[in-house]
Amino acid sequence: MLSRQPKTSSTPPIQVQLLSKSFGEQTVLNGISLEVAQGETLAVLGRSGTGKSVLLKLIIGLHQPDAGSIRVHGEEVTNLSLKELNEVRKKVGFLFQQAALYDSLTVEENVAFPLRRHTRMSDDERIERVRELLRSVGMDQDGHKLPAQLSGGMQKRVGLARALALEPDILLFDEPTAGLDPITAAETDALILRLQKERHMASVVVTHDIRGARAVSDRLALMRDGEILIEGTFEDLQKSRDPFVMQFLNGS
Amino acid sequence: MITNSTADISGTGSLRTTRGVIVKFFEWFGNLTIFCARWARAIFTPPYEFREFVRQFDELGSKSLPLVALAGAATGIVLTLSTRDSLIRFGAKSFLPAVVVFSIIKESGPIITGLVVSGRAAAGIGAELGAMKVTEQIDAMEASAVNPYKFLVTTRVLACMLMLPLLTLVADFCGIVMGWVANTAAEPISLRLFVHDGLKDVTFNDFLPPTLKTVVFGLLIGIISCFQGMRATGGTEGVERAATNSVVLASLFIILADVLLVRLILVFFS
Repeated sequence: MLSRQPKTSSTPPIQVQLLSKSFGEQTVLNGISLEVAQGETLAVLGRSGTGKSVLLKLIIGLHQPDAGSIRVHGEEVTNLSLKELNEVRKKVGFLFQQAALYDSLTVEENVAFPLRRHTRMSDDERIERVRELLRSVGMDQDGHKLPAQLSGGMQKRVGLARALALEPDILLFDEPTAGLDPITAAETDALILRLQKERHMASVVVTHDIRGARAVSDRLALMRDGEILIEGTFEDLQKSRDPFVMQFLNGS
Repeated sequence: MITNSTADISGTGSLRTTRGVIVKFFEWFGNLTIFCARWARAIFTPPYEFREFVRQFDELGSKSLPLVALAGAATGIVLTLSTRDSLIRFGAKSFLPAVVVFSIIKESGPIITGLVVSGRAAAGIGAELGAMKVTEQIDAMEASAVNPYKFLVTTRVLACMLMLPLLTLVADFCGIVMGWVANTAAEPISLRLFVHDGLKDVTFNDFLPPTLKTVVFGLLIGIISCFQGMRATGGTEGVERAATNSVVLASLFIILADVLLVRLILVFFS
């Protein structure tokens, strides 16, 4: 029986144990386990369609697992009521693959969205906070624009500002550099790295971009067939003689 | 022998298809019931998204108003022209204002409003929420600890429920005025006399229940379009499917509900 554990300073913010998830006949995750410590960044690598994004959505309770345990700050998220789950979600920022900005709201309104609902800030305080967040991602000149008027890289920056709005101590990145040109991708990686250093968050970066993963993460986990094939530093992965690992790292 | 086995295979195939359709039908209703339960729970749980409700109410009203007014006006003209011809044949021309007014306020106005708003708003809501679903905006909302049933569904459904009766009044008004215009074009009569003749036998029971039944039409439009939008999958094709299904199903359910509501009104308010 899965139970809730009290949060202690030594408890890793993210603990995943023997997690499984299937959609119909297709098994996406098959008993994977991982932990991420405070201030640490784990990159989860793998080919497209191997369940990396599903893993992130399970962590934040957007999907229910078939089996296994997910603890966020010691709270078993699979057992929580919606109200309790929302309290956990406030501590977790999520950058979606396509940024998922609200089409009908301006950049400023997008970033203000969680603040308006979960804080008691005055209008002036909220505006100041939104501008500060947009400044931190280099988007303070575009606050009045609609998402459709922004490039893919700019949308990701705004998405990142929105994810940081409630000052989370966990950040989940779903393909932060997918669809970006190499220069914008490198800028996005640099931004992620800077924010992590400033805010000392636990992060999980899901990606198939080995260069970006190496740049932003402390550890890497490579997934295949719904399982973690290998986990360690980039150097650990480089030492592996597994043909799949070698092919993934070398791209051929 | 070959013919028999072909028939067997074909028979089994069609049986399986029929079973599949039945299963999908019940699955759809089951999911709709769960959706309604979540929506009902969201209505009564604070915080209330009043700003978003006002925005949806304003948007629905301002975008549907011209269409509803035009449809109401056209209905008034058509009703007058066709009824006038029939009444002249039976020597009952003096009943024309009453027939037009009764027809519009009791049935034509409400059903025309329901169907026009279903075409305008259900497609819009289905497409908007469908696009939000396939681009992960609804997931992003949940990840921000905001209940999409509260923010997206409740506000839109309530806006539809409260706006439909108001739009029905507009359709009724335009229909009666344009009915008078159409009648005057054939045989001049003052608006005051037309309205007086039309309304002299109208009671609140003739007017209020048919107008308020559009609250149910609004509920159907809101629930079905939000439901179809929030279960959209598969990119732009899924969005298109959500929009089309929203309009088709909402219109169909409005017509079916009207049959039931007309009967109930006759039983309780005749």
